[in-house]
Amino acid sequence: MSEQAVVTHAPHAAHEAHHEELGFWRKYVFSLDHKVIGIQYGVTGLLFLFFGFSLMMLMRWQLAYPGAALPLIGRIVGEARMPGGTIVPEFYNELGAMHGTIMVFLGVVPLAVGGFGNFVLPLQIGAPDMAFPRLNMASYWFFFLGGMTMLASFTAPGGAAQSGWTSYAPLSVIAGSGQTWWLIGMIFLITSSLLGAINFITTTIQLRAKGLTFMRFPFFVWAQFVTSFLLLLAFPPLEAAGVMQLMDRVAGTSFFLPSGLVVSGQVIQRAGGGNPLLWQHLFWFLAHPEVYVLILPAMGIVAEVIANNTRKPLWGYRTMVYSVIFLGFMSFIVWAHHMFMTGMGTAMATFFQTTTMIISIPSVAILTSLIISLWGGSIRFNTPMLFALAFLPMFGIGGLTGLPLGLNVADIPLHDTYYVIAHFHYVVAPGTIFALFAGIYYWFPKATGRKMNEMLGAIHFAGSFVCMNVIFMPMFLVGLAGVSRRLFDGGATYSFSQPVLHLNVVSSWGAWTLALFQIPFIFNFFWSIWKGEKTDANPWQATTMEWAAPSPPPHGNFLEVPEAHRGPYEYSVSGAARDFVMQSEA
Amino acid sequence: MSSTTTTDHAAEIDRHVRVYLTVFASLMVLTLVTVGISRLHFPVPIAVTVALLVATVKGSLVACYFMHLISEKRLIIAILALTVFFFIALVALPVITVSNGFWIHG
Amino acid sequence: MDIPYTVEVRRDTGLINGKIGIWLFLASEVMLFGALFASYILIRTGSPNWPRGDTMLDVRLATFNTLVLISSSVTMVMAWASLMRHRFETFRMYMGATILLGFVFLVVKYFEYSAHIHEGALPSSNNFLAIYYTLTGLHMLHVAGGMAVNAYFWGPGAKLWKTNPEWFTNRVEHSGLFWHFVDLVWIFLFPTLYLL
Repeated sequence: MSEQAVVTHAPHAAHEAHHEELGFWRKYVFSLDHKVIGIQYGVTGLLFLFFGFSLMMLMRWQLAYPGAALPLIGRIVGEARMPGGTIVPEFYNELGAMHGTIMVFLGVVPLAVGGFGNFVLPLQIGAPDMAFPRLNMASYWFFFLGGMTMLASFTAPGGAAQSGWTSYAPLSVIAGSGQTWWLIGMIFLITSSLLGAINFITTTIQLRAKGLTFMRFPFFVWAQFVTSFLLLLAFPPLEAAGVMQLMDRVAGTSFFLPSGLVVSGQVIQRAGGGNPLLWQHLFWFLAHPEVYVLILPAMGIVAEVIANNTRKPLWGYRTMVYSVIFLGFMSFIVWAHHMFMTGMGTAMATFFQTTTMIISIPSVAILTSLIISLWGGSIRFNTPMLFALAFLPMFGIGGLTGLPLGLNVADIPLHDTYYVIAHFHYVVAPGTIFALFAGIYYWFPKATGRKMNEMLGAIHFAGSFVCMNVIFMPMFLVGLAGVSRRLFDGGATYSFSQPVLHLNVVSSWGAWTLALFQIPFIFNFFWSIWKGEKTDANPWQATTMEWAAPSPPPHGNFLEVPEAHRGPYEYSVSGAARDFVMQSEA
Repeated sequence: MSSTTTTDHAAEIDRHVRVYLTVFASLMVLTLVTVGISRLHFPVPIAVTVALLVATVKGSLVACYFMHLISEKRLIIAILALTVFFFIALVALPVITVSNGFWIHG
Repeated sequence: MDIPYTVEVRRDTGLINGKIGIWLFLASEVMLFGALFASYILIRTGSPNWPRGDTMLDVRLATFNTLVLISSSVTMVMAWASLMRHRFETFRMYMGATILLGFVFLVVKYFEYSAHIHEGALPSSNNFLAIYYTLTGLHMLHVAGGMAVNAYFWGPGAKLWKTNPEWFTNRVEHSGLFWHFVDLVWIFLFPTLYLL
């Protein structure tokens, strides 16, 4: 990484910077440079993704072969959790709750927002860095602290949180100490996201280059901008709820405990008068916008890769922008579609069902625009494009299967079954995660100056694509048969599950094979850092501003202050010398 | 007051200081008013309405004059308007949903 | 490398970065306290008999505290106005007063809490007290945080006045915005908890 400035003095005139050679710690660990912070987020996020995936692979053993002993791993995990190598229910629940928590809060969001947002956003708007570099660094370290807290929670007596990633009361209130760690971890993570959101919004508004009006933003910038508002305004209620659950657990309050609660045959000695639904409302007030936090950056990445690899402007750019703004806004008033089965009256069920149906419109508009963008394009099938193309039908399946869940009556047989798991995994796994892979292959050359290997990329893609569908498509059938989620034996004890139980085995083998296909990616990632094919500033012949900076960009990003002279996707402009004109080209 | 250069603002600031002191006096008076009214023990719905109304007036004075929102840029007002909308949704929808539903109070 | 618009405004927005940053932060705080208000409403409407605030809490102490916090808001804005008039010593006086008043607020709350705890009125006793302690406790943390930032600008941070008075003035303004927000929350908390 290049030299960094130490900003302690009063600012000098614009182009005069006081450069000092920083030591290892200030350059690579406690850096103020958005690119370093972005890579820190990215690598940490990827590590957590693999860890969260490993937890699921363990669960899938139990789901495929309930009660069977798992030799080696059983001994490592220990007798308390895997006596004789078999997974006990409490451990299964621990794995489930932490898989969800880690994937969402420690994996996808840090990678999608903290990683890609931090690295790419300032470059794409022609900025030298984020508006608040020290706040940026603090965001990362709060995330790191939160992650370590979550990992440490596995050592709590009784294990880590095991009341679902949703931590519903009253179960979560009476659960073991791991849940308290979870709450503390969440407070760190929420703080990290809040600080990050403040940074992204301010940076986007204030530090965009001259000539870069809002309607000239790359779609990726719009996606991150709206995402930041979701994080800023939706997370605080969960923070408040977390504090209240902590009070219930530690100070003996009864925010979420109803009167007369019976636990293990005894009425608990608490004041009572609380309401478990209060937790659900506050949790889902965040968690619904959170799922848009998971998908919006992905849409942003896919939009960039598709425009670049069709050599055409995005179709319906304005529609996509208005859609993503509308989507962000609506995302705040649909949350109780997660609560249709809580005894909701018909009036409010109708309200939330209606807002939920409305929110599908901008989603469809964005997906349709991306699909139409392919029409008449000169498509290049490089690795980023393969993942971006696959995103389209996968997100399509995920989105469409969400519709019956959003309809109050259709949700009745589907709620809390494997159908739900299949729906949201389609959106996040072959949806968002594929988009994130596309982003890694796409921006790797910008960060390192080298390209990742295409052959290994193709293998990674093909194997992952097949395996994702092998894992999740059968789950729709399992859910439709009536098998509930979070059952420690995958439904084995129920007679109505028998016809679909074999599908659990299929999904499990899909998951383990998926893991194998990540090996070419992991190898490719590290090998290419040192041995990848060297590239110049713009290996993909792309138009957006980050490609005007050197690869990798120095501290301050651009050799000359850039200016936007046109829109973000001037591909195949008639009369131009090449099939693209860069946004910052004079 | 926006954060431009601080030269030559003396007279303008003097005017602002008069406003601050007026607001200060109003806030003190309104505080005593709201405590006085509460002593009258109106039925709960009326007491709540009046108390929140007074609080809103006080809060608006702090926001508009101490926090300078009355002369703030549109972007800030827009962000706050959006926030207020979601604040209302957060405060209203859960209680309406629970009242509309079937939860046996514990 | 310098970040633009730290001190000089960006022409099309008319704002500096810090101003946007602090308002965004305050927006998130509105949602934080909003969630607690939403919780208060839900729990209270679900409760068969909710005690009136003045039967559980000391209204006179809290009224005094309200006047204290409002006063500290005035001294805070006067501190900033003094900087705008380039009167640094006056700034220090007002900022010092703000911190002192904040300290008085905390001391009064300490006495309030001690009295409750002494009588066995704990968060676990009933939900009125639970939400009371949580709301006022969180508010107190914000008062303490604001005081810490103000103390920094009164003390070690004041060096910036000599090298970049404009930046210093802006930072004091932003700190003031946070402090006013803390006052604003109390303006709603006080009647809600103590008078209704």
